Amino acid sequence: MSILQQHTTARHTVRRPALRRRFTPVVVVYLALVALLVIGSVLVGVRGEVLLDQAGILNILTRSTALGLVAIGQTMVILTGSLDLSVAYLIGLTSLIAAETMAGQDGMVVPGVLLALAVAAAVGLVNGLVITVLKANAFIATLGVALILRGYLEDNYTGPAGDVPRGFQHLGYDRIGPLPVAALLMLAVAALAWWYLSRTRPGYHIYAVGGDIEVARLSGVPTRRVVVTAHVLCSLAAGLTGIYLASRLGSGAPYVGTDAGYDLESIAAVVLGGTLLAGGRGGVVGTIGGVLILATLDTIFDDLAVDPFFKDVVRGVVLVTAVALYARRMMADRTRGRLA
Amino acid sequence: MTDVTPRVRLTGITKSFLGVPVLHGVDLDLRGGEVHAVMGENGAGKSTLLKVLAGVHRPDGGTIEVDGAPASFAGPTDAQRAGIAIIHQEFTLLPHRSVAENVYLGREPVRRMQVDRRRMVADTRDLLDWLGEDGIDPTDAVSSLSVAQRQVVEIVKALSTDARVLGMDEPTAALADHEVELLYDLVRRLRERGIAILYVSHRMREVFDLSDRITVLKDGRLVTCAPTGELTPEDLVRYMVGRDLGEYYPDRAAPGDLGPVRLALRGAGNARVRDLDLEVRAGEIVGLAGLQGSGRSALARAVFGVEPFTTGGLEVDGAVRRVTRPRTAVRLGIALVTEDRKGDGLALRQSVRDNTLLVRRAALGGRRARARSDVSRLLDLVTVVARGEHQEVRFLSGGNQQKVVLAKWLAVEPRVLLVDEPTRGIDVGAKRAVHELLRDLAKRGVAVLMISSELPELIGMSDRILVMHDGALAGELPAGASEGDVMALATGHTAGAAA
Repeated sequence: MSILQQHTTARHTVRRPALRRRFTPVVVVYLALVALLVIGSVLVGVRGEVLLDQAGILNILTRSTALGLVAIGQTMVILTGSLDLSVAYLIGLTSLIAAETMAGQDGMVVPGVLLALAVAAAVGLVNGLVITVLKANAFIATLGVALILRGYLEDNYTGPAGDVPRGFQHLGYDRIGPLPVAALLMLAVAALAWWYLSRTRPGYHIYAVGGDIEVARLSGVPTRRVVVTAHVLCSLAAGLTGIYLASRLGSGAPYVGTDAGYDLESIAAVVLGGTLLAGGRGGVVGTIGGVLILATLDTIFDDLAVDPFFKDVVRGVVLVTAVALYARRMMADRTRGRLA
Repeated sequence: MTDVTPRVRLTGITKSFLGVPVLHGVDLDLRGGEVHAVMGENGAGKSTLLKVLAGVHRPDGGTIEVDGAPASFAGPTDAQRAGIAIIHQEFTLLPHRSVAENVYLGREPVRRMQVDRRRMVADTRDLLDWLGEDGIDPTDAVSSLSVAQRQVVEIVKALSTDARVLGMDEPTAALADHEVELLYDLVRRLRERGIAILYVSHRMREVFDLSDRITVLKDGRLVTCAPTGELTPEDLVRYMVGRDLGEYYPDRAAPGDLGPVRLALRGAGNARVRDLDLEVRAGEIVGLAGLQGSGRSALARAVFGVEPFTTGGLEVDGAVRRVTRPRTAVRLGIALVTEDRKGDGLALRQSVRDNTLLVRRAALGGRRARARSDVSRLLDLVTVVARGEHQEVRFLSGGNQQKVVLAKWLAVEPRVLLVDEPTRGIDVGAKRAVHELLRDLAKRGVAVLMISSELPELIGMSDRILVMHDGALAGELPAGASEGDVMALATGHTAGAAA
């Protein structure tokens, strides 16, 4: 065996090239964002306007706020290998609960917010338990919960309801310089989620469950608890979105979440941000990048007054291209593992 | 440093599943600083014994003692607490996470609400250093490591629970040839550091190279337990199968048995292999030897159209063919039994029947695919033991799975059969059945090209041996060539072949 040994050890020392490590999906997303801003500025500039003036920045950040909040939650569940299709209806529901509880009184702001979040958490708990205890596929389970919520909304509401006190509307419209307060709060939530995922034990376990649930279980990770927690956090994020939108609209609206397509849009943002739909790899930083890309695209299209259908075509192309790029990287990873 | 009291002593362990006894009063003791090998055919009870030790199964009878004190394990965590860790055949690592994150998975140290990453990395580094494995950085992603390095991580993960007893189930199954030596080294270092090691393996050579004592199980009973020095490989085979396997391999083909050339390569090559000239005749088994990465498997994959040849020609039954897809290959009567049985060979969650008919249904059109089939005849032919045609393949033993792969190909009556590591990880009895089947097929006019890393098998089975080195054919050897001749060609020391 010793000849064989000498002969083959050279092959053994081949290391992963450093370049790959530097171009992680997160880096790619932000590079793409910068490229998009440059191209967009040029295109808008040709029409004699400016993309990144105060109004432009405000526009991008405002568009990012609601989607960002939902997508942060969606990132949590997708990282565990699950997903949540019920967020859009939950946003509508929580906006109504918040606005109706507040009923125009300043004193009811806190109870309104808390009640909305409590309902959101309960929906998340149901999602998580249906998936872990009843072992329903996440896609079907959350679709089912979405249908239940829709039925409730359709039965009880025909349009906007409730009334948000003027004081609470500041949340949706106040700014510090060019930066909307709500966008800053969204970024704070993102920072918190980042810390949770990359620094705490439960965060580590989210990655483990998404990476390989059986490996996680055998290593002593409480897999059920991890999945349920992720769903509760996701629904809480959707609840925050509902509250924020109620503050902006001045009332609750049953279809505020679905009209904007926050269910699929949030999943798109997460995937665009480099998180694997199968779970186990990715994070909030990439997701925020994905959200900003989608918001920037929208802003550019608005400035250029592009046909809305064409807008969707471009968004679709961007999404498919991104996922195809990540898939190529994964394939490369896999072949390397096999040869190693 | 062999302790007097064994680290773990199992006495009279019995275990039944659904009334079927699997272990009948097995005794086993593991001493610190000792490698104790457990051998036996599939179904002999090795894995059950390992799982009893790991606390996965509770024994029906018998006692477990840890360091002389009676113990009982309600679950794997109890065994872990008692210092027993098992390294399973399948890796339990998360490829996207770092080495340290994997080692402390589920037990991450926490400081001020955060995972104490610095300590995790430092402790992992200490363990790696202790093992003398400084080539691995705790912050590396597992996906960037080689299979052998992943195994080291797996072992470090086990040791991080303060394990003093380590059970290893077929640890070399996933390793390439050159990595096996690295594992040996690691096992020896663990032994020097006083760890008791239970080593379950099919591979005779490994067991003799590494172990201090060998326990042989047959049908759930202890056959023998003796120091390795007092046993010979022949003894072991006799204990395991309960009969003498003196002859080992079926008779070779007589010169008159050979038919026309079925498969020929004329200067064929692609990115991985070059200038291949070879002929395989009906009725013969040609062995293909070479080191891992020498292009053996690449040759088979090229013939089968997975990574097609880009230069030169390929002839099947005398006609020049272009095979650029596996589908074309199948229709020409070429079959490939891949090295990775579970990954490439079987749809694990489908039934024995569906797997058997997989190729026939997929590649052959019309009536032949739909024909009311002879699955049971095929399965009998390859002697599959399953609860029925509808059992899912993943529940079969390795040997039976391999037989299903063979049945799948026999279903389309191939004329050229390429087999890559046909007996890897399967027990002695199944091995023999596969050997006989291959010879039988050759007798019926199939041209067989067999790749194997196990030199005794390759030499015992082949009518002639082709040796590959660095992507090209290095030479041809007649039946019964010595292992030295093969290795000399395989390593490029051509001078040795003349000796």
